[in-house]
Amino acid sequence: MEINFTLNGKRVSISTEPTRRLLDILRDDLGLTGTKEGCGEGECGSCAVLLDGRLVNSCMVPAFAMEDKEVLTIEGFREHQRFKAISKGFEKAGSVQCGFCTPGFVMAAEALLRQNPHPTEREISEAIEGNLCRCTGYNMIVEGILTASREGDGLW
Amino acid sequence: MVNIGDSVKRFDFDDKVQGRAVYTADLWVEDRIYAKIFRSTRQRARIVAIHLPKLPEGYEILDYHHIPGTNRVPIVYDDQPFLAEDTVNYYGEPILVVVGKDRDVLRRIMSEIMVDYEDIAPISSIEESILNPQGYKFADGSNKIEYTFTKGNPDIHMEGGEKSFVDSFNTGYQEHAYLETQSITCRVEDGNIIVHGSMQCPYYVVEGMKKAFDLDESRVRVIQQPTGGGFGGKEDYPSIPAVLCALAAIRTGKPVQLVYDRKEDIIASTKRHPSDISIKSYLDESNKITAMDIDIKLDGGAYAGLSSVVLQRTMFSSTGVYNIENLRVKGGAYATNNVVSSAFRGFGGPQSAFAIEMHMENIALALGLDPLEFKKKHFLRDGDLSCTQGKFLNGIKLDEISASINETSGYSLKRRSSEKDKELLKGIGFSIFAHGCGFTGAGESEVLKPKVRLVKYSDGTLEIFVSSSEIGQGTQTTLGKIVAHELGVPLERIVHKYPDSKFCPDSGPTVASRTILIVGGMLQQCAIEMKARWDEEEIEIIRTYKSPKELSWDNEKFIGNAYPEYSWGANVVEVHMDPATYQVEVDKIWTVFDIGTPIDLKIVQGQIEGGLAQGLGYGLMEEFRIRDGVPMQNSLTTYVIPSSKDFPQPEIRLIENPRKYGPFGGSGLGELPTVGVAPAIASAVQNALGKKVSRIPVTPEYIKELIDNGN
Repeated sequence: MEINFTLNGKRVSISTEPTRRLLDILRDDLGLTGTKEGCGEGECGSCAVLLDGRLVNSCMVPAFAMEDKEVLTIEGFREHQRFKAISKGFEKAGSVQCGFCTPGFVMAAEALLRQNPHPTEREISEAIEGNLCRCTGYNMIVEGILTASREGDGLW
Repeated sequence: MVNIGDSVKRFDFDDKVQGRAVYTADLWVEDRIYAKIFRSTRQRARIVAIHLPKLPEGYEILDYHHIPGTNRVPIVYDDQPFLAEDTVNYYGEPILVVVGKDRDVLRRIMSEIMVDYEDIAPISSIEESILNPQGYKFADGSNKIEYTFTKGNPDIHMEGGEKSFVDSFNTGYQEHAYLETQSITCRVEDGNIIVHGSMQCPYYVVEGMKKAFDLDESRVRVIQQPTGGGFGGKEDYPSIPAVLCALAAIRTGKPVQLVYDRKEDIIASTKRHPSDISIKSYLDESNKITAMDIDIKLDGGAYAGLSSVVLQRTMFSSTGVYNIENLRVKGGAYATNNVVSSAFRGFGGPQSAFAIEMHMENIALALGLDPLEFKKKHFLRDGDLSCTQGKFLNGIKLDEISASINETSGYSLKRRSSEKDKELLKGIGFSIFAHGCGFTGAGESEVLKPKVRLVKYSDGTLEIFVSSSEIGQGTQTTLGKIVAHELGVPLERIVHKYPDSKFCPDSGPTVASRTILIVGGMLQQCAIEMKARWDEEEIEIIRTYKSPKELSWDNEKFIGNAYPEYSWGANVVEVHMDPATYQVEVDKIWTVFDIGTPIDLKIVQGQIEGGLAQGLGYGLMEEFRIRDGVPMQNSLTTYVIPSSKDFPQPEIRLIENPRKYGPFGGSGLGELPTVGVAPAIASAVQNALGKKVSRIPVTPEYIKELIDNGN
């Protein structure tokens, strides 16, 4: 079927199977490999993107649900001013180790800060509960998002 | 960078945060085809016949006959086939490789392959192997790999009439659960095999290629891509997907991607060895331990692989941080028809740390003594010998470590007043531990003979060429800092890319907490030599490791320095339990480590916090069980690893204690945080319940069992 949606601010039109996963459309059809596959069952958040501003696991989104939706991936978001604040926060806090989960956490941070520009540590922990990281123990990611919210005060 | 420990921006930071880092599955999106592995669905069986479906054009199915060289993974014991031959020996063992363009078609083909099996009675546990030693054996004809070593004269004391205390402990499997599953891509170019992959040890993969395809090293090139976590799970294992991917690439002449899905990764990749450890201690009238008798049993799984080396480390770690004058340690790694057990952060250390720490606490409690005071009385001190009679090259600071953690956590005071908290199911626990850094015994200088290469170009840029991989632990950055700091050049002048066997010598595997100590130490030596020749326009220095003369090792009797160096640490953990669900909540974690000189404080913090979380997961929640040969957990939904809401931020302190041979006094860190925290949490639960915790993970089900029946 033919699917039309907005990807990182640009209209795209693709022809695909209705049940094809958004994750495969992004990675294999469009070459946007910043979104990672960690589990393929919506458990780890490595494939997280924003769909109409909401954080979703792209491995759980079928093509037919994409019509007229707006998708933001790490490739689009990294051009944004708010990304710079998150990046700075992650750098200062040491939030990145192996990096495989990182794009997902960046998108989760953006989704949270859009809703709540000044979250507490607890609110951050809750907001990233759907993203798994095996390297950091999470506290340095929480700290990174907290730092981003301060560094980027006014951007959200 | 005034001090080497001052944190810098990681070399790999920008690429990773921007999603630009190219992991293996991100390569060659345009023109690659795919390989999938068809696996055994039986625990142990003879393969009677394989029925293949009619294949569409461009699709192929390959079996072990297609491997032109040796169908065995080369690693310590070369006994594991890349592809099963006439039998399968564990559930999930690879049998066939299916290759082609479309993954949906591959899935359909896989579902249409039929195998006729003739089941063979399996050996499912250590106990079954002991009862039936002929039941299943490793390729060397034995049902176990076993060692014994002694120190002093254990028997004199064991025959005496003194007080003795016995405990038995049991630890479970642990799955690495790196976020990036096993991933390899491979292509053939001018007859040469080029492998890109997610891995810790590029030269292990080189070795695998040489053996499987009967090739000269010059025909094989292995390049590590950014790697989404390893933790030991990408030490020896990647040789299997690498060879199978290369097989498909050679056969088809196309670039091939082989990426495991999460289910097959959990089922078929290696795990931490389950263990049964019993310890008997003999005490004199002053309540001092005079002798110990330790018996260690590991479930090695279907193939021996690295089990002998893991077993050795479990044995060499078995007396923890205590000076035991008279000792006997027996160990066995058993052949079972279970998934292959292998390397996992700590490499046998966590099993031993759990057993010895709980045992020491149990003796103290039975004697009505303060556990910390009882442990302190037995601490290794300067001049003491290790359990293998090795001299420690540096000052031992266990008293300082325990004083520091006691001061920051208030452990002793809280423990004394914790009696009244029992009804609230609150408890506090303590552990103190060490981890040997570097290869076992004389392995560094006699087995590995690691090399490093440092180049200065005419424009003043310096490039590091080592096979040590960046798997998230910060190797690129920390090794870069060591060179820059020694030469006094800005860090921006250092280039340190991912290892490529075409340019990087074999610096040994990225394991055993050896990268800073050994590889970093050699790079520092290169930099010192380079400094003396600094006026030369272009300089290339290659160095091979030489072991310090003070170290000695007898690999038959296990006498001498089991490891070139050690790092040390302690944990205190406070917990409470939900009285209805028995869910353990960790309220507070303190940690004090002696890792010599920290090479980058932010990276050190990351290793400590992440390692603690992995150790807490091991101690509390991560459960992988095999029932009737079939893994009961096969997803991240059923194999639960810690999430952001599980553990509080630990309070970390470092003790400065520069090492004689480490670069700038640095020692190993990667494994230490995972080694010692499980006993702290088990001790806290034990304290809360007033019941002996003798196995991990301490799940709510186990706690209920203890409350109902424990003593």
